[in-house]
Amino acid sequence: MPRLNSPAELEKHRQQIKSSGDPEMPCVAICAGTGCLASGADRVIEAFRDEIEKQGLKAGVRIRETGCPGFCERGPVVVIYPEEICYLDVKPEDVPEIVTTTLKEKGVVERLLYEDADTGERAVHESDIVFYRNQQRNLLENNIKIDSRSIEDYFAIGGYSALAKVLSEMKAEEVLEEVKKSGLRGRGGAGFSTGIKWEGSRNAEDDTRYVIVNADEGDPGAFMDRALLEGNPHSILEGLIIGGYAVGAEEGYVYVRQEYPLAVTNINRAIKQAREHGLLGENILGSGFDFDVIVHQGAGAFVCGESTALMTALEGRAGEPRPKYIRSNIRGLWNKPTVLNNVETWANVPLIINRGSGWFGRIGTEKSKGTKIFSLVGKINNTGLVEVPMGMTLRDIIYKIGGGIPGGRKFKAVQTGGPSGGCIPEKLLDLEVGFDELSQAGSMMGSGGMIVMDEDTCMVDVARYFIEFLTDESCGKCVPCREGLRQMHRILTNITKGKGKEGDIETLEELAETAVEASLCALGKSAPNPFLSTLKYFRDEYEAHISEKRCPALYCRDLISYYIDPEKCSGCMLCLKKCPVDAIEGKKKQVHVIVQEKCTNCGTCLDVCPSKFDAVRKLSGESRGAGQNE
Amino acid sequence: MDTKSVDQIIDRHDAEAGSLIQILLEIQSINHWLPAGALQRVSERLDVPMTRIQHIATFYKAFSLVPRGRHEVHICMGTACHVRGAVRVLEKVEDITGITPGETDLGMKYSLETVNCLGCCALGPVLEIDGKIHGRIKPSDTAGVLEKYE
Amino acid sequence: MSKILLNIDGKEVTAQEGMTVLEAAQSAGIFIPTLCHHEKLEPFGACRICMVEAESHGRTKLVVSCVYPAEEGLVVRTRSEKIDRIRRTILELLMAHAPDSEQLKELAAEYGADADRFEKEGSFCIHCGLCVRYCAEIKKKNAVGFVDRGTRKEISFVPEIALKECENCKECFPLCPTSYLQAAWVLVKALASDGS
Repeated sequence: MPRLNSPAELEKHRQQIKSSGDPEMPCVAICAGTGCLASGADRVIEAFRDEIEKQGLKAGVRIRETGCPGFCERGPVVVIYPEEICYLDVKPEDVPEIVTTTLKEKGVVERLLYEDADTGERAVHESDIVFYRNQQRNLLENNIKIDSRSIEDYFAIGGYSALAKVLSEMKAEEVLEEVKKSGLRGRGGAGFSTGIKWEGSRNAEDDTRYVIVNADEGDPGAFMDRALLEGNPHSILEGLIIGGYAVGAEEGYVYVRQEYPLAVTNINRAIKQAREHGLLGENILGSGFDFDVIVHQGAGAFVCGESTALMTALEGRAGEPRPKYIRSNIRGLWNKPTVLNNVETWANVPLIINRGSGWFGRIGTEKSKGTKIFSLVGKINNTGLVEVPMGMTLRDIIYKIGGGIPGGRKFKAVQTGGPSGGCIPEKLLDLEVGFDELSQAGSMMGSGGMIVMDEDTCMVDVARYFIEFLTDESCGKCVPCREGLRQMHRILTNITKGKGKEGDIETLEELAETAVEASLCALGKSAPNPFLSTLKYFRDEYEAHISEKRCPALYCRDLISYYIDPEKCSGCMLCLKKCPVDAIEGKKKQVHVIVQEKCTNCGTCLDVCPSKFDAVRKLSGESRGAGQNE
Repeated sequence: MDTKSVDQIIDRHDAEAGSLIQILLEIQSINHWLPAGALQRVSERLDVPMTRIQHIATFYKAFSLVPRGRHEVHICMGTACHVRGAVRVLEKVEDITGITPGETDLGMKYSLETVNCLGCCALGPVLEIDGKIHGRIKPSDTAGVLEKYE
Repeated sequence: MSKILLNIDGKEVTAQEGMTVLEAAQSAGIFIPTLCHHEKLEPFGACRICMVEAESHGRTKLVVSCVYPAEEGLVVRTRSEKIDRIRRTILELLMAHAPDSEQLKELAAEYGADADRFEKEGSFCIHCGLCVRYCAEIKKKNAVGFVDRGTRKEISFVPEIALKECENCKECFPLCPTSYLQAAWVLVKALASDGS
């Protein structure tokens, strides 16, 4: 492990690494991110090792376990270099064919390629796939090119060149200016100008300052930071060290949620490697700048993603937010000036230094510069991470990149911004993504979670879900949040159970106002947003639940009943056998009937009824006992 | 957990009060729960009041003040998983194991807990057992998956 | 210590530097309701009932007066339609827990709060934190603390310390606005198995 004592030594080391490998040498890159591992990538990797050895190709083929490229729906993802042939949904059984056909015979295994849903066309290269083609993957494109455990791979793609440039050619004030000029705004949700935040800390009168990576990605449905931190941990580290230099901090923290064990492991390893190479510690690259990093794990509390709560947790206390009358970049961790930024924000810093603030400023819109990574999930065909320039429309993201709604169902809403955000209906899909645009529609871009919902999603239940999430995650200190959300949850739950009454909506609105105006922190202040936005755009659903005791989406269990269509039922006995409460009566080849008094509305019968019969239906309203026997 | 092991963990963090949560996380990871004796030792050596430790041990979901079962079963209740039917997976698992989130069965085999997002949103609904992730899980699959664990 | 001039409810108030808006108001005899505030303890900012409107540089915002620092030229209004509405809701939310608290009943009468607006809750603790903070900051015994979070948050005695110290102290007891503290203490004593 050579210690690099100057930018020149770093460059020399980089050239050595680049020249030691043959760029034309075939390489099998397999995604080893949490998502693909969950889909069995570990067995695929093993299968490749075995098969390549078996076929005598070991000397001429590299295997690389990489970071997450974002197309999690279709994992395990395998890319063969140098041709860049991209295979999806790869199983261990497919491996021998891939090795023979592609590595040996330089051919292509058609059935493993991406197939366009409309044209049936097969996309050979990663860049042909429509999911990737319409993205601008400035941050994510490197994930598939490196082994997340290797600092050499990071050097090979130019890693730490931004740090070298900063330490040898730029003064701290110049770095600050570049970041300010770029227009970079925080990617964690608040969208505060990064450069101005840094400047505030630099100018604060104190000798001790801190920089923190907020990797507590708690928004359910969001996993951008996981992919970045797991997949390319050095890029975050590089950004943090540059930030420390610009702000005048000697100590940095990475606060990672413990629900991301692979990210914790990878960032710890990256820090160790950086120290060994002299990129962390004393006199980095001979510049005289000292800086080191400590990793703290979260312990399962969403509220700790809030910056003041995070700092309280770093101090070894329960993560209760503090009032923000004095900003934390002036008085933060241990009451010292502290710059806290999101993982994605830090990841943008080396890019801005290397390619310039002008380059960054040309991407995106006037007020929202650069690219943003979104996690496009829910009822969508191409689920995964999507990186696009700010200003792209929601419609393009959902349809052009996401491939629309599966199963021929109709789009209903897209939920953005996590529990602080709101739902956006079809008529507003031409809104452009950015910091300010979505807020005007009653939602927010937030950290980038984008959850697509279709006609089978009940919007009242969505509001109830988010309030329930927040009653669980609220720190409980202040009355408007703890008590207000408690009552809102009770009322919304009653509405979904058919127990709503006149005046409920008005009570909810009043509780919402109290939370928005009087809560201690952003969790409480933004908690009513999902309710307020669903009320704004889907008021009819609320009124149906309250006045008619009807759930238009046929989701709320107490307001639906299951019914077997006698015209379609073939008497196959499948549902009868699977019913957990034996509520279905019938015999082989005889029409089955659901006994409503016993039925618990679990939906198993609907799940198991073969699609060629499609005999089970959900109906609105209570028991339909009499009608079943016709 | 014996005092010596607790002391070793505390020493690794230089007995710093700011590392309290990290120390408790290590004890939890090794021991699978936080015994009162261990908490007492941490309180003494770090010189932090027991009320703070009590608050932290109950505030954060990662900690358990009671022994847990051999297998930790987590069901993700994040928004993406919720929209894809996580509630029904939870109900099915509750049915099979006989316990609700926060509980451990009498045979100390399973401890069930809900998690607010594991970051595998593209694979929802997600069932995690002992750290291993089972994605795209259907309620009807859960029995088969749970059976494999002793 | 320099002086700051601010305006509260139309009255010119002179405050010392470092004072909060609440302290400035109290020094001028202007009443702002509080539940979690105590002059001997660090401000907590949890009940939110002391919120006031504060105007400076042409912008008005709602601030928590027990925490917000008094500023030169600040214009404060302690009552308004919005403030009253918020205080009323806060009281109604708290009275779902402790409808019999004298302190809450008094404030409820002033703001027209309906004690029965929300369904009654089991616990009559209102989380003012006075007991916890008094024991931590004044007695430095830490015999009682908070546990859990959100709607499950509660106060909890540390039996080993409480059973030793509290019987002869009980200085925090008069601070509890609902007497939940006294009830919790009785429970702790009852659960002590050896009766000591």
